[in-house]
Amino acid sequence: MTMPFYVSPEQVMKDRADYARKGIARGRSLIALEAADGIVIVAENPSRTLYKISEVYDRIAFAGVGKYNEFELLRIAGVRNADLKGYSYSREDVNARSLANAYAQTLGQVFTHEMKPYEVEILVAQVGVRPEDDELFHILYDGTVMDEEGHTVLGGEAERIADMIEARYQPGLTATDAIKLGASVLGESDGAPLSPGQLEVAVLERGAPARAFRRIKGDELGRILAA
Amino acid sequence: MTERPLPEFGPGLDPGPSFVELLRRVGPADNTAGAGGAGGQASPLELMHGTTVVAIRYADGVVLAGDRRATSGTTIANRRIEKVFRADRYSGVAIAGVAGPASEMVRLFQVQLEHYEKIEGETLSLEGKANQLAQMVRANFPAALQGLIVVPLFAGFDERRAHGRVFSFDATGGKYEEADFQANGSGGVHARNWIKAQWREGMSADETIDLAVRALFAAADEDVATGGPDLIRRIFPTIAVVTADGYRSLPEDEVERRATALLGGREEGAGQ
Repeated sequence: MTMPFYVSPEQVMKDRADYARKGIARGRSLIALEAADGIVIVAENPSRTLYKISEVYDRIAFAGVGKYNEFELLRIAGVRNADLKGYSYSREDVNARSLANAYAQTLGQVFTHEMKPYEVEILVAQVGVRPEDDELFHILYDGTVMDEEGHTVLGGEAERIADMIEARYQPGLTATDAIKLGASVLGESDGAPLSPGQLEVAVLERGAPARAFRRIKGDELGRILAA
Repeated sequence: MTERPLPEFGPGLDPGPSFVELLRRVGPADNTAGAGGAGGQASPLELMHGTTVVAIRYADGVVLAGDRRATSGTTIANRRIEKVFRADRYSGVAIAGVAGPASEMVRLFQVQLEHYEKIEGETLSLEGKANQLAQMVRANFPAALQGLIVVPLFAGFDERRAHGRVFSFDATGGKYEEADFQANGSGGVHARNWIKAQWREGMSADETIDLAVRALFAAADEDVATGGPDLIRRIFPTIAVVTADGYRSLPEDEVERRATALLGGREEGAGQ
């Protein structure tokens, strides 16, 4: 019988956090911006089928960066959670805050108890009737939840990109301007402008009667970026 | 912990894109399944029944329509019930039968279609949607034997084939695609005969909506459980149109205008 070496809990947590952060840093960043007519989410994503941004419920969207299979697992769990809740209570009773809490529980649990932490950062966004009712929850690999206002950035170079956004973001801008801002900042951080094919863009439209989530792609995205 | 935890499943237990399977694993108890086995006693209760619905194919899609009456025995249980529902962007359901399980089935069907779309990232084919509904009708079969029968009409615009399609179902979950139109419920026979006499290939939306309204009036003329136009309370049928542009429910004032214009037509029956 060999005795395991003693490793202090601080060291275990630090190692896990470093591991998760390294995994996330390898991926590309994603920006969410609150605009006058909705919430805009812009990500650099060369794939046209493996989405980083998706619909969860009527007014709620999900976005993830890091390891695709892990945030995809979380996305599906979130859709199930929301649909079950909406079916057993009412569609109005599904909200981003409770979903963000459920994600935080799961990520926290995995971070402390599993072999390896999830290498993901996720966003739960909910568009409100008025801009001041918008909600952006940024959730880290260890279950930390941050309630952001105005804008948030997920992924490897989050801080640098967040500074660039901070300098140019105006509350109350239109969704079109928000898309342009997100795309140009992501391009600048890469050193070259991004073409519509390298971007994944979605909007939670404030005025939508029911399902607010809409992808903006192809010609429509091309026109917005060219304008 | 006050929040419902995220649902997690071990290997082999994952419900996939099906919301019904998911409910079976984690959801509230399914009360239709517990309604008793085949051969149970017919329900002695006076239950609320929805009555006549029609679905008609035309040049650009389909029209779904239903009267507004629900009956409980010989009593009018509800004068303004709705029997035509949006299923998703390109399809609708019209239900006849016992109102309770019928509305529950529609609700489950709506969530099922949306859930599949969100999990898989694409919508089911129209045929796939019809098969899903057939499974739900079949699951209700034990209850149907006890009198809790639900027979929906499902109609929509098939994007891949670019035309409207109509499906009907029987209590055992049998799914039958109709060539042009179908009508269900207590006044269904009268409505169907009326449509049969007037329907032709390539009708316009306006003509088809008028035909649906007249068919419902004709059914109401012959069948006490079908509600006719109520001019005093201003209650008129519910009508929806599904085309390549999606599902559209006609506003009440538009239906009222059309229905009033059609009053005194041939369904008056010359005093018979």
